[in-house]
Amino acid sequence: MNRNTILTVLSIVLLFLFVWYGEHHFTAYTIRIWENTAIFLMLAASYNLINGVTGQFSLEPNGFVAIGAYVAAILTLTPAQKEAMFIIEPMVPWLAHLHMSFLPALLVGGLVTAFVGFLLGFPVFRVRGDYLAIVTLGFGLTIRVISNNTITITNGALGLKGIASYTNIWWCFGWAVLSMIIIMRIVNSAFGRAMKAIRDDEDAAIAMGINTFWIKMAAFVIAAFFEGVGGGLLAHLITTISPTMFTFFLTFELLIIIVVGGLGSMTGTVIATVLVIWGSELLRVVEQPMNIFGLHIPGIPGMRMVIFSVLLIVIMIFAREGIMGQREFSWDAFFNFLKKVRARR
Amino acid sequence: MNLTIVLQQLVNGISLGSLYGLVAIGYTMVYGVIRLINFAHGDVMMVGMYFAFVGVAMLFLPWWAAFLLSMIATAFVGVIIDRVAYKPLRNASRISALITAIGVSFFLENLFLVVFGGVPKAFPVPSVFGGAINIHGVIFPNIAIITPIVAMVFLAMLLFILHKTKYGMAMRALSLDMETVRIMGVNVDMVISIVFAIGSFLAALGGIFWAMRYPAINPLIGIMPGLKAFAAAVLGGIGSVAGAAIGGFIIGVSEILVVALFPALAGYKDAFAFLFLIFVLLFKPTGIMGEDLERGRF
Repeated sequence: MNRNTILTVLSIVLLFLFVWYGEHHFTAYTIRIWENTAIFLMLAASYNLINGVTGQFSLEPNGFVAIGAYVAAILTLTPAQKEAMFIIEPMVPWLAHLHMSFLPALLVGGLVTAFVGFLLGFPVFRVRGDYLAIVTLGFGLTIRVISNNTITITNGALGLKGIASYTNIWWCFGWAVLSMIIIMRIVNSAFGRAMKAIRDDEDAAIAMGINTFWIKMAAFVIAAFFEGVGGGLLAHLITTISPTMFTFFLTFELLIIIVVGGLGSMTGTVIATVLVIWGSELLRVVEQPMNIFGLHIPGIPGMRMVIFSVLLIVIMIFAREGIMGQREFSWDAFFNFLKKVRARR
Repeated sequence: MNLTIVLQQLVNGISLGSLYGLVAIGYTMVYGVIRLINFAHGDVMMVGMYFAFVGVAMLFLPWWAAFLLSMIATAFVGVIIDRVAYKPLRNASRISALITAIGVSFFLENLFLVVFGGVPKAFPVPSVFGGAINIHGVIFPNIAIITPIVAMVFLAMLLFILHKTKYGMAMRALSLDMETVRIMGVNVDMVISIVFAIGSFLAALGGIFWAMRYPAINPLIGIMPGLKAFAAAVLGGIGSVAGAAIGGFIIGVSEILVVALFPALAGYKDAFAFLFLIFVLLFKPTGIMGEDLERGRF
């Protein structure tokens, strides 16, 4: 093992020590936000794999997350729960008696989502650029329409209730770290270089003999898998899901994260996820009534989203690179930086 | 299924289709000149509805004045959006501009949510548009007759502007080669602003008629019609104004007919436009009137 691997392992151990400390000392509210942060990290990192690394600007994560959430939730609900919940129409029999524990349910959710991503890839990757964005946006909407209407599978607009709250901070961080490791290994492999080649110049990549369709498809399917698993984690964290949960708003939040962090930089995604999720909690202040020097200012519900959308526009106009641009953190760069600082002193 | 019902559905479909067409023109023109899918266009339509609502229900203006003012004000909103959000990104990658457009769309939706609240408002429909005519069992609501006529009149005016005026010529030239047009001494930013003004004006018109057709408005109302109108613009061949109108009619009529013929699928209504869009992109990505995606022609 070289120095860098040891340091990486050490920092992961440190992270889990932090999780262990947090589990015992943080308030339930703080833990919940960290859980959210970890899940969103996984979602944003896989979204960045398509949008930033491969450069295929798409808007489908809400659809993928919805599929993963529904599949995992349907699998962990007990047959008795399903019978009680499906009051409009009973559930289709082959699903009603299916029951699994948490981890297999998450994996099946991820695999089903990856398969849907695979099927979706065939039509959507025939178009490029902004068309891809609109078509994938349409996919997210279509998934919502379907989950609203297939009452015998998803319970329609009523949604699914009473999902066991299996997700805890360990599951969230475990999956987040696992997904980051896998995605980083992909980004740094020959595969990842092919993805970046497609981003920088698709025609040149084709000329160099890269099968761009399958590389894009691979990025899409991998991202779909993790987004599906993330959906399953979310479902078992919130314990109720309904079609209205998976609107374009979810995609928008992820988009802000990867744009703030820098399209194509996983390091940036990590920083931006923490900033955006915690920032959005801190911004709750503007939605609550305030008393400043006896002056009463009523809270403005919805103001947070106005601020976020302005933030996105401002970043795109003035700081298109985001925090990290396309750079990544590396231990070598870190030590070089330290050396430089020491030399200056 | 008898002839009366088919005719009835056709009447509905044509009036719905002309609304999609009006909104689609804005997409297609903006795409034609600056190659940007103006994500916020559906929300501009919503802005038009709210302006008209404020004019009629809160300022008590006569309906025609309120509608006209709302369309003009919305045109200004469109120009401001372009100047503030899109103009700085003219030379950036198209994806950057698209992300900004998504930001603008979210900004408008949430700003109006903050100002007007999420509770749907009842849109005051002037009595002129209220009644209906019954011809041999086919009911023609006034609004369903007026909408296509108004749409046609404005489409004719737009085609006149595009093909017979100097600014129209500039717009068509711009869609072919922006740099050359700039070198020729045309005020490119001015022309682009006019394009945004026209698109937003027509979006407000479409929005007002939409609000009279479905008289409950909320800040998120623009999303669905906006996306369907975009599908219509692509179907008609993006960059082509006449194509946008035709695409709008096709989407509107087929949406209504599918629901009428297969009532069981009514819940999937909103997904149709996208299936349509995907099929068009798969089999005829240039649309009906378009020849080449990289060349705009209007």
